[in-house]
Amino acid sequence: MHAATVVQLLVIGVGTGSIYALIALGFNVVFKSTGAMNFAQGEWVVMAGMIAAVSFATINSVALACLAAVLLMTIVGIISERLVIWPLRHPNPLLITLISIGLAICTRSLMMLVLGKRPVGYPGFSKTESLGFWGINVQTQTLWIFGITLVFLFGMHLFFERSMLGKALRAAAADREAAAIVGVKVETTVMLSFAIAAFAGALAGAIITPLTLASYDQGAAFGFKGFSAAMLGGVGSLPGAVVGGLALGLLEAFGSFYISSDFKDAIAFAVLLLVLFVRPSGLLGRAEITKV
Amino acid sequence: MACAPLMNGTRASSHPAGGDQRRLNHTAGRSAAPLLPDHWRLLLFWLVLLTVPFAAPNEYLVSLANLFLINVILIASLNLLMGYGGQISLGHAGFFGLGAYVSGILSAKVGLSAWIGLPAAMLATGLAALVIGVPVLRLRGLYLSMATLGWNAILVVMFNRLVELTGGPNGLLGVAPFSIGGFRLDTDLREFPLVWLVSLLVMLAILHVLHSRFGRALRAVATNELGAEALGIDSARTKLLFFVLSAGMAGIAGSLYVHINQYASPETFSISNSILYVVMVALGGSGTFWGPVLGALIYTAVPQLLLDYEDAELMLFGLGMLIVLIAFPRGLAGVPAALRDWHGGRQARPT
Repeated sequence: MHAATVVQLLVIGVGTGSIYALIALGFNVVFKSTGAMNFAQGEWVVMAGMIAAVSFATINSVALACLAAVLLMTIVGIISERLVIWPLRHPNPLLITLISIGLAICTRSLMMLVLGKRPVGYPGFSKTESLGFWGINVQTQTLWIFGITLVFLFGMHLFFERSMLGKALRAAAADREAAAIVGVKVETTVMLSFAIAAFAGALAGAIITPLTLASYDQGAAFGFKGFSAAMLGGVGSLPGAVVGGLALGLLEAFGSFYISSDFKDAIAFAVLLLVLFVRPSGLLGRAEITKV
Repeated sequence: MACAPLMNGTRASSHPAGGDQRRLNHTAGRSAAPLLPDHWRLLLFWLVLLTVPFAAPNEYLVSLANLFLINVILIASLNLLMGYGGQISLGHAGFFGLGAYVSGILSAKVGLSAWIGLPAAMLATGLAALVIGVPVLRLRGLYLSMATLGWNAILVVMFNRLVELTGGPNGLLGVAPFSIGGFRLDTDLREFPLVWLVSLLVMLAILHVLHSRFGRALRAVATNELGAEALGIDSARTKLLFFVLSAGMAGIAGSLYVHINQYASPETFSISNSILYVVMVALGGSGTFWGPVLGALIYTAVPQLLLDYEDAELMLFGLGMLIVLIAFPRGLAGVPAALRDWHGGRQARPT
């Protein structure tokens, strides 16, 4: 093993891993508040990328375009919840999961009809495209991905630990009735969780699109990866999303280099299955699951 | 906003099992119908289907009927696990594909008859389900979904990459059709009786197993796992049995599919299709016997009906799905009951 190769793979792995972590975080937040898997999560990622690309074409500023896309997607998350989850008379996790599949299909076709079928993109956040040192080559956008993900995760940590709203969200996830009794507006926590999930997904989309381009049909793939990362780290856990995302990203990077890039996805999923068999609650998850 | 207070309590439960159980209580109660009428209604419906080749104006419609019957097997077998057992598999298309490729490769590469391929496909998928199910089904919640999703993803990679065996992305060619003596079942009209018979047998098997001791055990486990355990039901083994059964039936469907089309390609067995099967179970009516027939009808007919709308097809399908699920969460088979409920006034929901 060559040291430079290992460092190079680490950088690549942590880069994609950060993206997976953001998507997994979105999954976990919605899972915590509804008990459902949100299949629309991946669609939000590419939708943000596409909106940012379209905005960039008109306002010609990457930063502003990304900001607009992320804000718009947060609103899309809120509207989605109000349109399809809120009207349910007897919501349950299975129904919400199924509804989210319908939501994903509608979101995808909306993207196709309004934003087009062509893959779109925009330049990275920095003028210089890549830096080379000690025999390795790092794209500057990857560094932006590290930085923005770190800042966002820190912000999320503060939000859940310090802010009243974050605490209310956690309380409602832990025990709805008790939270309602102490004055938490439980009905709005589901909407809030959709807003946070869309925000996290959109952020991932906005920062990865300069590297991968965005096209309307990539959403499902992002969603599955994020879901896998969430399961790998432990569903419903915030640090779990980070650990799961990074583990999946590194697994893919090293697996495709040392074993086979053709079988990259198969390797990642095989390891994931093994982890599930050995540690069902995920790497960081608490053993909430009842073994029978 | 009259319904807002009702929603607070069950808006979303923090525990994944809570909501499922309430819903399954409903379905378990409704499906406890007497044995004989269901059997007769099934036979009657399949007899009516037998007229399709005579009534169909062209062979294309017969090919759609074949596809419909294969979809019935797929969606009914998934419903067995999902509707009655409360376990969501996101790998049903993967099992379908495994059956297709096992049977197809045995025919195209080894030269074995389709009549050997069919049971081989069933055994292979059943065995695969056993291997995945043993560690996973001891656990509740999302774990079967995740494991089957991963399994499907691995299978699709294998179908694409093991080119020498599967033909890769170009698909598996050279699969022989079913044949009796020298009579090759290689037109839609000739295939129809076989698909008709196999789908009828599968539906009868499902009906039979639901009314057996195992079917009652499954419903008990889905309703209340601890309660079922207290009655001496081995819940893990019951769930495993139905997972294996359901996968085996998908394997049968795969074998039929590959020998009828004499071809298989990886995208037919994608995770997206697995998700669509789950959607069809829900749209038709999860946990009802006739729901999957409705689901298969939607799955077969809607793409044909929406063909003219091209780009808007996906949007129309998604919107239709959302409207049905929001208005009739129990699916189309639950529409009569839902209408009765509305008519009978909005009383407090059952707890």
